[in-house]
Amino acid sequence: MRDVAIVSFSQLPSVKAIDAADEPELVQPVTADAMKQVGLTQDDIGFTCSGSTDYLPGRPFSFVAAVDGLKAFPPIRESHVEMDGAFALYEAWVRLLHGDIDTALVFSFGKCSLGPVPDILNLQNDPYYVQPLGLDSISAAALQAQAMIDAGKATERDFADVVARNRRNAIDNPNAQIKGDFSVDAMLEEPYLSSPLRKSFCPPLSDSAAAIVLAAGDRARELVKRPAWIRGIDHRTEPHALGQRDLTTSPSSTLAAEKAGLGKGKGKLDVAELHAPFAHQEIILREAMGLGEDVNVNPSGGALAANSLMTAGLIRFGEAASRILSGDASRALAHTTNGVCLQHNLVAVLEGE
Amino acid sequence: MSEILSAPYVLEYTYTRSTGPVVGRFLESLRYEVLEGVKTADGRVLCPPLEYDEEGEPTTNEFVQLRPSGTVKSWSWVQEPRKGHPFDRPFAWALIQIDGSDNAMVHAVDAGKAKRMKTGMRVRLRWADEKKGTIRDIACFEPMAPFLPGPVHLEYDVNPGKHYSAYLRGLQEGKFIGGRDPEAGKVYVPPRGADPMTGNPTSEYVEVPDVGVLTTFTIIRIPFEGQKLKPPYCFGAIVLDGADSPIYHLISGVPHDEIRMGMRVKANWKPRDEWETSLENILYFEPTGEPDVPFDSYKEHL
Repeated sequence: MRDVAIVSFSQLPSVKAIDAADEPELVQPVTADAMKQVGLTQDDIGFTCSGSTDYLPGRPFSFVAAVDGLKAFPPIRESHVEMDGAFALYEAWVRLLHGDIDTALVFSFGKCSLGPVPDILNLQNDPYYVQPLGLDSISAAALQAQAMIDAGKATERDFADVVARNRRNAIDNPNAQIKGDFSVDAMLEEPYLSSPLRKSFCPPLSDSAAAIVLAAGDRARELVKRPAWIRGIDHRTEPHALGQRDLTTSPSSTLAAEKAGLGKGKGKLDVAELHAPFAHQEIILREAMGLGEDVNVNPSGGALAANSLMTAGLIRFGEAASRILSGDASRALAHTTNGVCLQHNLVAVLEGE
Repeated sequence: MSEILSAPYVLEYTYTRSTGPVVGRFLESLRYEVLEGVKTADGRVLCPPLEYDEEGEPTTNEFVQLRPSGTVKSWSWVQEPRKGHPFDRPFAWALIQIDGSDNAMVHAVDAGKAKRMKTGMRVRLRWADEKKGTIRDIACFEPMAPFLPGPVHLEYDVNPGKHYSAYLRGLQEGKFIGGRDPEAGKVYVPPRGADPMTGNPTSEYVEVPDVGVLTTFTIIRIPFEGQKLKPPYCFGAIVLDGADSPIYHLISGVPHDEIRMGMRVKANWKPRDEWETSLENILYFEPTGEPDVPFDSYKEHL
């Protein structure tokens, strides 16, 4: 199989609202910067793929509008997934395996500041049995968190510990939205939004955009000194209905990590960037993928510190790859989730040479 | 830089959805207050029914009617409902395993308060008044308590007997009346009709003052069913001067950490015009300020 690597990454700082930006205005700065970092222009890119959802801006076909942020003339090879940008990266990786092109541009954008996000996410639910009830995303996650408590797998204090660690890590991340030293005891005093979830156990909602350039084989080595090679990448999904799953486990993450080669290859993981929007989900993912205390999980602060929907997953890939590109890490895991209560999970293992 | 324009904007899709033979049958049955599950190829029952199980196997089209009750598998309390939620008052979301099924249904539980919610609790289905063939024909679920109300109500006329009547009449006049067997000489307040040491009738009435010794006491700090006072409060045994048995009453007018055995106390009476044939004529006993009496003087009465 062809070796494919992440060679550059660019993101906009995640903030509560970027008022002055429509789709092209979000996309243009990050795609231009990601290409510029490795001396490329759109003319050098073999395939372009994006991830976003039209429900965030409330504009049908907003992903088509986003293409105006690129140089798309003469016409480019382009595709889109109505998912996080990390799944667009997966599609671009598959496209590079065809062997006829050597570079791909992946981008995503998420503007959460325009609409009622927890209600928009109810549209992910089954339209016959759940959507008509109005199950918002926080309440759905709360059913999972309560199941964790009932199963004796975690306590609310464990949730708060996860939040405190992520937001402390985010202090060093200029692109994070919520960062600092937060008191676990103070978090446990907050009122419930949907029990047992308190505000701090939930992610912020951010506006952001991100872009990554992928390159294959020697082309990657020409572009950067130390490419972040994608050694394995896999995604798996579980039943849609919440009532058909054990919400306290993530068998799709376990399998995706195994297929991505987490257990194989040389040695230990230096860094894992997990896309766990709700605090309890990090506990589930760590257990599912067997990530012990020795793994540096979410040095960026993760989605609890910055959560631009459809972009937070691609940012996990960028953050993990950046640590390899810079030489700070040799082996990193990048993870992205999709759907309600960790239904669908994508895992990649990245390595330096 | 130019000002950024902003305007409200509503996105709506007036879609209709075809339901198919499995979902459609389930939803149609709800109109008639019938709850059904579908059997899987390996013999399990799914409610709500699905066309395929999680192994990807088609379900059998064999429907079974289920009892409208179930067990909560997980839940979340919503104190402040959002727009679009099924209630505008606090309620719970829950995953409910319908009795006789092997999966769980997402729905709401109308439990009134979070304290009533627990994983494993039993719930019964409440039908909506108006049926439309949607999942909301199930209005919600409600807690099913494993208890039947079992109140007992019996009406009696009681009388306290001759001696106790004398005691209560005394209280109505602000006096304590005791009873005495002239031979033994012990004074019992209230009078009992007989001296329990001799078995002789207590044929004489004796009046004793409303002052005595606190022989023992307890400070109540726990709440209990039917409690009239707010804890903490002190309850004590008082042997009135000249009596040989204690009466029991509240001790007040003194900090709790200064209450002690052997303390001299006197009754604090309600205003005279409120007196009835009741010990409640006395609000409480309080210290007289006299010196404490030695333990030996009341140890027989403990």
